[in-house]
Amino acid sequence: MTTLHIEQLSVALPTGADRAHAVSGLSLSIEPGQTLCIVGESGSGKSVMATTVMGLLPKELHATQGRVLLNGESLLDASPQRLRDLRGKAMGMVFQEPMTALNPVMTCGEQIDELLREHTDWPREQRTQEIRRVLERVHIKDPERIMRSHPHQLSGGQRQRVVIAMAVILKPTLLICDEPTTALDVTTQKEILSLIAELQREQGSAVLFITHDMGVVADIANEVLVMHQGLCVESGPRDEVLLRPKADYTRMLLKAVPSMTPPPARPSPGGEPRLRATAVGKTYHSRDWMGRQHDTVALQHASLSLLGGETVGIVGESGSGKSTFARCLIRLIDPSDGQIHWGQDEVGQRPESQLRPLRHRVQVVFQDPNRSLNPRRTVGQSIVEGAMNFGASASQAQALAEQLIEQVRLPVESLKRYPSQFSGGQRQRIAIARALACKPEVLVADEAVSALDVSVQAQILELLRDIQRELGLGLLFITHDLRVAAQLCDRVIVMQHGQIVEQGFTSSLYAQPQHAYTQHLLACAPGGLAHVTH
Amino acid sequence: MTTFDKLWANGAFRFGAVVLGLVLLMALLAPVLGTVDPAQMDYNNINRSAGFAGNFTLTDGSSVAHHFWLGSDNFGRDLFSRVVYGARVSLVVAACTAAVALLIGVLVGMLAGYFRGADLLLMRFMDGLMAIPAILLAIALVAALGASITTVVIAIAIPEIPRVSRLVRSLVLTLREEPFVEAARALATPTPVILLRHILPNAMAPLLVQGTFVAASAVLTEAILSFLGLGLPANIPTWGNIMAEGRTQFSQYPGNVLYPALFLVPTVLAFNLLGDGLRDVLDPKFAKR
Repeated sequence: MTTLHIEQLSVALPTGADRAHAVSGLSLSIEPGQTLCIVGESGSGKSVMATTVMGLLPKELHATQGRVLLNGESLLDASPQRLRDLRGKAMGMVFQEPMTALNPVMTCGEQIDELLREHTDWPREQRTQEIRRVLERVHIKDPERIMRSHPHQLSGGQRQRVVIAMAVILKPTLLICDEPTTALDVTTQKEILSLIAELQREQGSAVLFITHDMGVVADIANEVLVMHQGLCVESGPRDEVLLRPKADYTRMLLKAVPSMTPPPARPSPGGEPRLRATAVGKTYHSRDWMGRQHDTVALQHASLSLLGGETVGIVGESGSGKSTFARCLIRLIDPSDGQIHWGQDEVGQRPESQLRPLRHRVQVVFQDPNRSLNPRRTVGQSIVEGAMNFGASASQAQALAEQLIEQVRLPVESLKRYPSQFSGGQRQRIAIARALACKPEVLVADEAVSALDVSVQAQILELLRDIQRELGLGLLFITHDLRVAAQLCDRVIVMQHGQIVEQGFTSSLYAQPQHAYTQHLLACAPGGLAHVTH
Repeated sequence: MTTFDKLWANGAFRFGAVVLGLVLLMALLAPVLGTVDPAQMDYNNINRSAGFAGNFTLTDGSSVAHHFWLGSDNFGRDLFSRVVYGARVSLVVAACTAAVALLIGVLVGMLAGYFRGADLLLMRFMDGLMAIPAILLAIALVAALGASITTVVIAIAIPEIPRVSRLVRSLVLTLREEPFVEAARALATPTPVILLRHILPNAMAPLLVQGTFVAASAVLTEAILSFLGLGLPANIPTWGNIMAEGRTQFSQYPGNVLYPALFLVPTVLAFNLLGDGLRDVLDPKFAKR
């Protein structure tokens, strides 16, 4: 019997939203043991669809038509009590952010136990045994310790394993995974994906897997459904959709995924380095309640040099020290040791007052487009700030802002509007314009495209390339995404545990990684698509 | 929908704004609301009951026809005039206290939040101030400085400053890590400009809310001080000292205590509801629910 069958489902949005339906006229079905991947960009309605199935829709939304059948039972007509019974027992859910999916004040053991108490009448010992068994099944090495631990004491990967353990402990027939690996590092992602596949094989559940990452789709899907603006754009078997896409939107999505194969190398621009770091380190000191000092080494002995017109990538997983390195280079934090040169000037230990006159040389674009612009100031005010700090008159700065906003391909009227009136990609363009306003020699992009949808990401990368070509900027690109680094960077620096483990020209580094960690990173990058699309 | 539309749609805000608007109007229009000099005593009209119509002797000895809407007190002063004029003092004290507490609290909080060195010094001082009960501190200050509107405002504002500065400090600590503040630092924006242009405007909403709560507690504290005989002298009528004077005859003439209370209670309530409404609409943590 079909595990999940959805027929012509529509979910209405409250009046005043950008469209009438979050999901409209969606149909799908999943057979036992199969994985259906729903792919779409942010706002496509894929998460609304999943929460409708779980019966967890927010109050403002409601299904207006269609049917949702789980093992033949209609979910839209089910009572709240019945839905509560089904959740956990017949359908399990794995969320994107394991930290917020777990209760921070309960131990992991108690949280899993709560689920068992709710759905079974097993005695305490049987429950504990079952919890131990499920934790072993999700490959947690030390189940006893994890059961006693609070969520904050675990790593991101371990937390997600606990969430998965909760989702599968009652052997549900349907497992809904809503971007379960988006918040995780690539190496952890790889492990979690194979874990989900393994559990699925063991208990024959159907998996509804929501993702925005075509690489993940290529790795795990049997069937694919592409969503855009609440509509199903295309659906079918994986190879059919990925290799012979029919819809333009699917083709565009596939084309926007950067390839792991770097383009041919550009000639080195030569000249003096614009940014140079020699043996930079950062150590944080803290004291415990006894007054004993504890040192945390965030960055050790990191060096780089960046020429004008050159793009250098720093890649690594979270906690690798790549952002600490970047922030030392911009002097947003003070390095503990080493030297940093902006052009000819040593700036590593300069006090802020002596640094200010040089600050225009190195500018930065941050990751989160929602927070990188002051919400209380117009786009124009944000852009002219830098220019006016370096002595431009109001009218000169205004003229510059108009020129820059066109350079980042936004209409001049944008200057009078507030950041909240723009999308994530547009805000990132504005942040780039703001950085360019004081005519920098080096632009540091700290995960600048990581929060964006692939199609928008491709546009921003294109924009960065164009601007670099026009202005001869040195571009330092910090990312966790090896595919983006492959496409954009001339050279790549790989970091792990606060140290540079390997660096080299992109093509040679990707073709013949020397360090074991680099090899591991490259092997874990969601692939499969490389041979599919290119 | 503009912010004001959202605020107006909030029942608590609407009630608070309307009531405060009426009290403010009453205070502004006090001379034309059928009042006489609130400090003028008329021995022919002692302890009149509410609604009594008769003649009132003015300062120059002439007599006018007067309606004692709320009666008169044991010195023959018109209670209605005293309550209406008392609103002026209450509102002035509320507004000035909120302004003073916010101004100093914001300054202290911003310095403490942005500069580590200042933090240690300023916040320990604020912690010390917070350890003293607010009303006792106010009583001590008024007793030491003597009673006038300025000293009453200072005495009520000082105990509020630690609360405001703690709020501002916590807001600044969060905001200073925001990417747009870091971007401003990278753009070589001077620190005072960062504080005023990037941090303060983004801390305004919770501050406004805190301001209304300070105002509400100022109205109450002023009344308490007056009631204890430490507030403004009797020739300046305030709701607190009207009640204080009425206290002695409460069993025979309860109106002298109850009528000012009928104005005091809705005013404090209105300030608090205004603050609740502002918080519900402006604070993103509440807005989602």
